[in-house]
Amino acid sequence: MMITETTIPAADLRRKQPRFRGMESGHRACLGCGEALAARLATEAAGPDVMIANATGCLEIFTTPWPESAWRVPWMHSLFENTGAIASGMEAALKAQGKSTKVIAMGGDGGTFDIGFQALSGMLERGHNVLYICFDNEAYMNTGIQRSSSTPHAAMTTTSPPGKERMGKRHLKKDIISIVAAHHIPYAATASVAYPSDIRKKVRRAMAVDGPTFLQIHCPCPLGWGFEGEQSIDVARLAVQTGLFPVIELERGGIAGAMPIRNPRPVTDYLKQQQRFRHLFTDDTRAKEELEHIQAIADHNIEIYELHSENKDAFDTEGIDTVRRGGMRWA
Amino acid sequence: MRQALEGSQAVAQAVALCRPQVIAAYPITPQTHIVENISKLVADGKLQCEFVSVESEFSAASLVLGAAMAGSRAYTASASQGILLMAEVLFNIAGMRVPLVMTCANRAISSPLSIWNDQQDSMSVRDAGWIQLYCADNQEAVDTTIQAYRIAERCELPVMVCMDGFTLTHTLETINIPAQTEVDQYLPKYQFKRTLDPQNPISLGTLVSPDYYTEARHSHHQALLNAQAEILLADQDWAEITGRKCGGLLEVEGTEEADVAILTIGSVLGTLREALEELPPNQPVKLIKLRTFRPFPAETLKAACKGLKDIIVLERAFSPGSGGIVGLEVLGALSELENPPKVHNFAAGLGGRDIPLDILPRLLKVLEDPTASRQFKLFDVELERLPVEDR
Repeated sequence: MMITETTIPAADLRRKQPRFRGMESGHRACLGCGEALAARLATEAAGPDVMIANATGCLEIFTTPWPESAWRVPWMHSLFENTGAIASGMEAALKAQGKSTKVIAMGGDGGTFDIGFQALSGMLERGHNVLYICFDNEAYMNTGIQRSSSTPHAAMTTTSPPGKERMGKRHLKKDIISIVAAHHIPYAATASVAYPSDIRKKVRRAMAVDGPTFLQIHCPCPLGWGFEGEQSIDVARLAVQTGLFPVIELERGGIAGAMPIRNPRPVTDYLKQQQRFRHLFTDDTRAKEELEHIQAIADHNIEIYELHSENKDAFDTEGIDTVRRGGMRWA
Repeated sequence: MRQALEGSQAVAQAVALCRPQVIAAYPITPQTHIVENISKLVADGKLQCEFVSVESEFSAASLVLGAAMAGSRAYTASASQGILLMAEVLFNIAGMRVPLVMTCANRAISSPLSIWNDQQDSMSVRDAGWIQLYCADNQEAVDTTIQAYRIAERCELPVMVCMDGFTLTHTLETINIPAQTEVDQYLPKYQFKRTLDPQNPISLGTLVSPDYYTEARHSHHQALLNAQAEILLADQDWAEITGRKCGGLLEVEGTEEADVAILTIGSVLGTLREALEELPPNQPVKLIKLRTFRPFPAETLKAACKGLKDIIVLERAFSPGSGGIVGLEVLGALSELENPPKVHNFAAGLGGRDIPLDILPRLLKVLEDPTASRQFKLFDVELERLPVEDR
């Protein structure tokens, strides 16, 4: 297995951007939905020769209310917890038929970190040629904002409410990328909707791998996190710039790259934007402790992934350019 | 070719003759010998297919679903707890109207844990929307497996081939394994019109509002009812090639004048056949082999039971707190007859309990007292071994 690094200059790459939309507009996602944006970017980069297995969740629901569908690529949804296995079966069939169509599995954090965890692990271990994309919006949004194992520490959800005895979610966000990395798959990465060209680059890179690959995309949810829809990109960027969501790449389980942060922002810049953390900005002494705790998590991320860099800047040139042109609608 | 083969080995060969492209399985007793034999066929290069050893039965069922959707004939096998773990996927496969074939090596359900045979597993998923065919012997298991693919692919419905664990799966019998040319003549290449294809993208498994759900369910129900014709045709066409039939929907054995029948499902038929020879009863007795449990062949059963005074339904599973499963359905179907026979219902052979030859005279004894209660009973239950309150 070989990872082919693209050597085409950025400007050429922009021109050569596949003018293809795997997921059409007109679906029923909320205003500012990070998941819808991420799915659109990922399918654009993946191109038309794909087959998608989608877990139950917001993405599945808002793209396919019968008899409508937003998908321009072959797509199926079976259940919540079996997406890794459905994708494995598709891949086995295509392999048996001698076809090169790439299978992409898609799931939310609930379908990936929690209920679909076993099927995902099986798929990775068996080495199926599948790109698994996890749209991580940090809770069960489709059922009305319940806590998942991806929900960050201290966040409020409908099943981790703050109160006299609690300060939101008691546990830490599951470190899924490390668990995935422990399968020693050829390529795994995290990404954020704040950096569209980074998503495209990582999808293209994963598409070129003949083997299991994994992409975790941080997708703010305006409704579930409590901010206005037009703030999605800002909120997503702050998650990266505070160090709370490290954007990294792993090859065969080893760190192969990280998006640097020139000036790490305090976590409060990120947290105060969101209603799910509002109980941390009260006079409660526990709130102050939790803020310190969250800052320590971010500091730890910055340290272990060596995110702090004076020299580099995560300037998402192509992404900004694309956004300025009004997304991909020009294509 | 006639060979002495273990049931599992024979089924593995039958599966291979159907040229599946993807097989996924997770080991569970007594299904293991089937997939072990298939693995060996793959390892020896006798079967070209993707054999995937998955991490659970849930994934086994899901994987073959994905494979069938991507355009390949697929196969899986399971039993007992495996069937229950698959349950959610089984409903999903059927609702999506996907042609798949699986073998259920029938085994009891825990708790209490039992690795031995009964049919509580497949009976518990009878509402999943699969066709369920039950095999009386290993020759039937071979022939039914091949027929199942044709039925599944013509009806766009999944088929579960049920064979009693150990009693069939681990028993050596002389079996006629058909030639590859015979199977190729009978079973065309896999075709599924809703195959996922980048050239012609479609979306499958979408959300359906109350405006459409009832219609989707009705068409599924109707497809199962209509499948009866395909099940009969599949058996007839197979007989034309091989000279062997499996009994279509159901099969009646015995003389016309008999007004008593025993209806069975699965391998217990062999025990009763032998009992009729060894311990011949005073009255003529018909045997009814219910081969097809889903769709339930109510009309065929009614025709077969016309003129009967009594029918004893002997099954290998039940619904605690209610009673027999097959018995209740037989009772319901026959109630439409003008003079319906009395239905007596027993479950026997639970969790591998031996079904002795003298079950025949003991069952017929219930007919002696016409005033006796016809309430469902477990055969051979030893009440004195239970606490008084449970008796």
